[in-house]
Amino acid sequence: MNILVLLRMVPDVVEELEIAPGGKALDADLLRMMLSESDGHALEEALLLKERYGGVVTVLALDAPEVDDALFTALAKGADRAVKISDAGENPTTLEAAYTFAGWIAGQPDLAYADVILTGVQAIDDLDGLLAPLVAHQMRLPYLGIVTRLAVDVPGRVATAIKEYPGGVRGEFDVDLPAVFGIQAAEKPPRYVPVAKVRAAMKSRQIESVPAPTLAEAGPSLVNVVAMEKPQPAEWAAMLEGSPEQVSGKVCEILAGTGLL
Amino acid sequence: MSGNVWVFAEQWRGRISEITYEALALGKELAGALQVPLEAILLGHNVLPLAGTLGKADTVLAGEHPALAELVPGLYAEALAALVEERAPCAVLIPLTNISLGMGTLLAARLHLPSVNFCQDVRAAAAGIEARCVLYGGKIESRVTAAGTPAIFGIWSGARSPEAGRSDRAPSVEEVRVTVPDDTRVRLKRYIEPEAGDVDITRQEVLVAVGRGIQSPENLALAEDLARSLGGAVCASRPVIDQGWLPLSRQVGKSGLTVKPKLYVALGISGAPEHVEGMRDSSLIVAVNSDPRAPIFGVAHYGIVGDVLEVLPALTAAIEARKEAHSHA
Ligand SMILES: Cc1cc2nc3c(=O)[nH]c(=O)nc-3n(C[C@H](O)[C@H](O)[C@H](O)COP(=O)(O)OP(=O)(O)OC[C@H]3O[C@@H](n4cnc5c(N)ncnc54)[C@H](O)[C@@H]3O)c2cc1C
Ligand SMILES: Nc1ncnc2c1ncn2[C@@H]1O[C@H](COP(=O)(O)O)[C@@H](O)[C@H]1O
Repeated sequence: MNILVLLRMVPDVVEELEIAPGGKALDADLLRMMLSESDGHALEEALLLKERYGGVVTVLALDAPEVDDALFTALAKGADRAVKISDAGENPTTLEAAYTFAGWIAGQPDLAYADVILTGVQAIDDLDGLLAPLVAHQMRLPYLGIVTRLAVDVPGRVATAIKEYPGGVRGEFDVDLPAVFGIQAAEKPPRYVPVAKVRAAMKSRQIESVPAPTLAEAGPSLVNVVAMEKPQPAEWAAMLEGSPEQVSGKVCEILAGTGLL
Repeated sequence: MSGNVWVFAEQWRGRISEITYEALALGKELAGALQVPLEAILLGHNVLPLAGTLGKADTVLAGEHPALAELVPGLYAEALAALVEERAPCAVLIPLTNISLGMGTLLAARLHLPSVNFCQDVRAAAAGIEARCVLYGGKIESRVTAAGTPAIFGIWSGARSPEAGRSDRAPSVEEVRVTVPDDTRVRLKRYIEPEAGDVDITRQEVLVAVGRGIQSPENLALAEDLARSLGGAVCASRPVIDQGWLPLSRQVGKSGLTVKPKLYVALGISGAPEHVEGMRDSSLIVAVNSDPRAPIFGVAHYGIVGDVLEVLPALTAAIEARKEAHSHA
């Protein structure tokens, strides 16, 4: 089975985010980039599929800070091939990323026949749409998102996918392959790989760096950022200060005041 | 600006989803500012009886088709695209839920229209329609404009109160012809109902909620202790459930349950929109997080910047001490 995983780097939001002068973008100098969380789950699901059914896992990413780390980690975890698309723009929108991914895949005779294309369900900066449906649209393939489990009938070219609904309800779908899936969570938490193994991959494995495909004229962006701000909620919590014992005492007073204690 | 304002009336298993009413409230404001009618687009199979609940809209455009019995995003996007091309609305508001997620993106891609995700607000501005979008897990808001109409706006839960989108008025209903491609590549086979958990977190008056900040399953015992002291139960955000540390029946949020306890103690939870939509209406919210800018503090009534592993035992001890003192008083 030919399994393709699309990976994107996003800012680590545990760090303080600063807005760049001009007010329309994050200050890139201060960002720490990490693999988008659900993309990590997409990779894990791909590795599980390979273990179960055999096949080749190719991970594909756009060049970005820290992306080599993410790609070597994917190789150390069991991916067969890692490809980095260079010069795909500074901060590509999700639409641009989708066109770049789909355009590059279309130019690869071997990959154009991928059986499953996996990516994360959603990224925290998907301002202009979600990647999985955009890639599916571009490649004329079926799409299903919020997927938490895949089983594949390889000769029949059909996947059985579990999709999450609200309230803990799930839906079981049959999807004809090839197809694009937005993975919410892999069947198991993403595997851990020791740093030593990642280092070993850096020495023994290669990331293929390829140029971005030439795309049809993209035209001006359809979604324009006017301003970026840190939210100022109308009502920020009243902050309790002091040692753990002191704040605990204050919480007790509040609970007692509302009859909860 | 010409063209009406549309709200996609999302229905699932015979019911209109709550967030549809939020989108209707928002759509009504936008339509008012633009001085155009508000239309609700109701697609599905045997859905006409639901049209009466959409009275906030001036008109309900109802399209029936057996192939739309289940919401397959690709099929619905195609059906909507044909209607959008035929009737040229100026904006389409689409609730962002697990049910239809991806449909708005497909619709916009299909018609080369601007698509704006994660909107908390959509309003008429000098430069056209301006949306306020929640990005980076709630840490940043962007104000954006869409170039060209119709623009597709994905609406987050919490944009308006659902009450503001309900009406006793009977809307006029226009049945529209829908065309659905003959595409059966994605087929729903069955729904899997959630297994009942050992506790029903929707019935608890006190919930102690843990997030990734709890760090390891061993630390859950600290939360159990606090829950026991307060007479409540432990629930969690998605990462804790995905790790398998607690069952799915304890998940609060978009894919989990919606809870409204008297007290919700959020421990090491960042406050991502998908979590917040499941607990926002709790009467009293106390949050503990080591990050002073964690979005959960925008939802909580009281906040503590600190390490949950230090605050948890101290809080349990303080509550036990107080109970002890009162039992002797
Ligand atoms: C379609 C979809 C559906 C989803 N459904 C749900 C859902 O139903 N429920 C849900 O919860 N999420 C859901 N999510 C996921 C959601 O987007 C967030 O990823 C998730 O809520 C984050 O959980 P968290 O706050 O526990 O983790 P994080 O966002 O990682 O936050 C951890 C927090 O803990 C704090 N912290 C770390 N260490 C400590 C410490 N020692 N003491 C105190 N604080 C500490 C950090 O500052 C941080 O704020 C969904 C996402 C999608 C795309
Ligand atoms: N924003 C864009 N960026 C790059 N290419 C685009 C863009 N919009 C349209 N295209 C091109 O137009 C072609 C037709 O798109 P579609 O009609 O959606 O299949 C695609 O294959 C793209 O290469």
